[in-house]
Amino acid sequence: MTKPNDSRSQETRGYTIGYVAALVLTGAAFAAVRWPSVGTTATLAIVFALALIQMAVHFRFFLHIGLARSARDDLQLILFSAVIIILMVSGTLVILFNLRHRMM
Amino acid sequence: MSADEVKHPGINLGDTRDLSHRDAEHDLFGFWIFLMSDAIIFALLFATYGVMLVGTAGGPTPADTYKILPAFIETLVLLTSSFTFGMASIAMKHDAGKVRLMRWLAVTLVLGLIFLAMELKDFATMIGDGAYPARSGYLSSFFALVPLHGLHVAAGCLWVVVMMVQVAFFGLDERVKVNLLRLGLFWHFLDIVWIAIFSVVYLQGLIR
Amino acid sequence: MSASVWPAVLGRFEWHALPFVRAWENPTLNELIGAGAAAIVVVGAIALIALITLLGKWRYLWREWLTSLDHKRIGIMYVVLAFVMLSRALVEAMLMRLQQATAINAPGVVDPEHFAQLFSTHGSIMIFFMAMPFLTGAFNYVMPLQIGARDVAFPLLNSISLWLTGGAAGLMMISLVVGTFSTGGWSGYPPYTELAFSPGVGPDYWIWAVTLGSIASTLSGLNFAVTIYKKRCPGMTLMRMPLFVWTTLCTSILMIFAMPPLTVATALLALDRYLGFHFFTNDLGGNMMNYANLFWLFGHPEVYVLILPAFGVYSEVVSTFSSKELYGYTSLVLATMAIAVLSFTVWVHHFFAMGQSANINAVFGIATMTIGVPTGVKIYDWIWTMFRGQVRFTVPMLYSLAFMMTFVLGGFTGIILAFPPLDYLVHNTLFLVAHFHNMLIPGLLYGMLAGYHYWFPKAFGFRLDEKWGRVSFGCWVIGFYLAFMPLYVLGAAGMARRTQEVFEPSFRPWLYVAGVGALILFGALASLFVQLWVSIRDREANRVTAGDPWDGRGLEWSTSAPPPDYNFALLPQVRGRDPFYDGKRDGDPYAPPPEYHPIELPRNSMTGPVLGIVGTALAFGLVWHMWWLAILGTVMIVATIIARSFARDVHRTIPVHEIERTEAHWLAAVAAARAIPRQLEMTPLNQGLAAVTR
Repeated sequence: MTKPNDSRSQETRGYTIGYVAALVLTGAAFAAVRWPSVGTTATLAIVFALALIQMAVHFRFFLHIGLARSARDDLQLILFSAVIIILMVSGTLVILFNLRHRMM
Repeated sequence: MSADEVKHPGINLGDTRDLSHRDAEHDLFGFWIFLMSDAIIFALLFATYGVMLVGTAGGPTPADTYKILPAFIETLVLLTSSFTFGMASIAMKHDAGKVRLMRWLAVTLVLGLIFLAMELKDFATMIGDGAYPARSGYLSSFFALVPLHGLHVAAGCLWVVVMMVQVAFFGLDERVKVNLLRLGLFWHFLDIVWIAIFSVVYLQGLIR
Repeated sequence: MSASVWPAVLGRFEWHALPFVRAWENPTLNELIGAGAAAIVVVGAIALIALITLLGKWRYLWREWLTSLDHKRIGIMYVVLAFVMLSRALVEAMLMRLQQATAINAPGVVDPEHFAQLFSTHGSIMIFFMAMPFLTGAFNYVMPLQIGARDVAFPLLNSISLWLTGGAAGLMMISLVVGTFSTGGWSGYPPYTELAFSPGVGPDYWIWAVTLGSIASTLSGLNFAVTIYKKRCPGMTLMRMPLFVWTTLCTSILMIFAMPPLTVATALLALDRYLGFHFFTNDLGGNMMNYANLFWLFGHPEVYVLILPAFGVYSEVVSTFSSKELYGYTSLVLATMAIAVLSFTVWVHHFFAMGQSANINAVFGIATMTIGVPTGVKIYDWIWTMFRGQVRFTVPMLYSLAFMMTFVLGGFTGIILAFPPLDYLVHNTLFLVAHFHNMLIPGLLYGMLAGYHYWFPKAFGFRLDEKWGRVSFGCWVIGFYLAFMPLYVLGAAGMARRTQEVFEPSFRPWLYVAGVGALILFGALASLFVQLWVSIRDREANRVTAGDPWDGRGLEWSTSAPPPDYNFALLPQVRGRDPFYDGKRDGDPYAPPPEYHPIELPRNSMTGPVLGIVGTALAFGLVWHMWWLAILGTVMIVATIIARSFARDVHRTIPVHEIERTEAHWLAAVAAARAIPRQLEMTPLNQGLAAVTR
């Protein structure tokens, strides 16, 4: 078992890593839009990809969600929620864009 | 059970304090489910926003409405508040006294209030420029999504105040600790929602 | 007060909002029916209050029930609420059948506005305030007992859910007396329910009642899921849980993820109506099709929220009354999970006719048909459970059998509706109405009634009267077939649903038959009340204090009937799937433990009642634009939650001597009871102790 002070510095380091990574990712996303160098679709893809990575960073370093066996319940819950969200959001967009297209 | 075993999302107190690890596990799992349910609400508002993005009805478009600098500063403020809350959690876990915890909570609260003030100013500017919610379907969906996040942040700020009062009043008893852990989850969760908001709403709208 | 103050205080209320005033000024049959219904609510409420006062029971009611955090009492209160709302909605159904039977080239008894309110309230109540409370009540009562827990994970939250549901149901009752209800159906589709077409209070009543109910259900789902995940007794692994617990878990997951879309749909509609937003309006970029999408993102999982609990009940009932282990346990678990997940993938079949491309419809049609597969697996499992079992045709078993046959029939018509091209033909006709009643009456109501008969002795300590149970069962089944089979014919012949007046004389005989069916269904409900009355009258003869009237299998039967506050003096240790059944065969399940320990239980709390009442007041203020009341309600809700977070003395401890006394009392009853074989379980000889053949 680690001494409390060790784990304190470890934890502080975890939050700091998360914070710096989040700042870098945020900065990159805003920069990609502020000074566009590729086409609009590519920029959008970059922004969304950076957002997904940043979410993962937040889950890992701020919410301490990991692959450890003891936290499996939470990970399963998040993954299931993600599946439902993907289903609902993509379903909504596909159906309503299709309807709009057919009404034009 | 080792101190750094992870039993629930957010910082784990482990056996560094007298809080029974098991109770915290129940309470935090419940709160985590609540947050996932809340995430569905946000997801559907995002979907609705995506659907209604074209429904500008001849009014302001995203590119006319959003400004990149305030959005960037708000993002930085909120990100920093997540970090300061993390510092508060660490202070709660390892410090004997409560001074440092209170200090970090106060910093978090101030950052939350700055974020809210900036956001309200943004909304006021938008409405002043004719981009008010009843103008078009697109603006309706914007004003359902982004202010709902703001409302959550406001609730979070109120919660921080209540928790500061309780820390002063009760010290760090079990329920105060569990509620601080829950508040931590809430605060970090709001940050994740904000990532989606600045990417999907602001940055997507500003891409040229 | 000056004239300008009244609008600020009363909002948009005026005297004509009261049905009595309308009936006085214009005494038509239509208005008199409305005033009569309102009078029943008012007189009923006054009579209830007077009765409680007369009996001096307020203190008892408040202490033992209204503020209780005991999952068993909360469960019972949910079921009582369900029966009250069932009565109202069934009367409305009868009135609708009466209207259609008399309105063939004639005006009938109620006018179109009133008829539209009837079908809107009937649907809303049956789904949100009959079915949901009934199944939530059953979960509450049974599930913690089955997993060997002392309570749910969050007892206070449980009470808050109950009171929000109760408050929402109260709002439905208030809408009978003050103002009018929505005419937009239970699904409240805009743009019809937008301000432009429905400026009155009706849709607002619908929005806030449904929103309160949906928040309450989300919280219940959360509570049950955490309870099942984290509070199982030692040895109760996931694959040893009774099937009812599995269906509770899957239903809870559906509630957690499927209620938010409803909240979003109603909240956005409210933004449109209150603040002039343009989500679902015809103009300025609104898109009403998104409402249908959001509503059915909730609506289809909701169908399985309603049906899965009944599947759980049938699994318990069929196994118990066949004295056989449930056949295909694993396949039933997998089927339940498959149904829960698939239910998120089929919502489009509720609006095949909205105009999306054939490919999209095809995908969702195929997904819909896929759901039939796990459901079929379940039916086979139940049949195989009965095969060569010692089957007893008790009332719960009769409901299970009627369910299997009737539900399969409804499933076949579901397959018809799952074909988009066929759906186009019968969309919005009575065929659809017949189909979903054919699913929900056996798939929900029969299941809940089976559970009611099955677990009633556990909850109250005496059996329900068997004879009246059979009468009621017969009426529910015959009434169902008479009331709904004609609707298939009428629907296929093109009669639209929600028709207030009929212009096709050849529909007459079918409508008459359906009307008679509705009367028989009313007789079924009346028989249930007679049964309850007779059972309470004869309770001494039918006591089953020992607690095991049916040679039960799960842990819920291993306690006294009714169980003590703390459920289990010592948390049980589980080694198999039917712990109590096996325990009876392998040893003495009634042997007292060597020593008892003090037990900690949650103290009563008035937070639930306060939040329920204040929440209803907030909703009422919003409906009538009484802004002061809405603001006051919001402030009170926040204040109550904060105040509660300061409460510290929230537990009480039951001392050992009290536990010893309670347990000794029960064990004496067990010792005094005569163990009876299964063929005597319907007789007064049944004292709740099963004769065991080893």
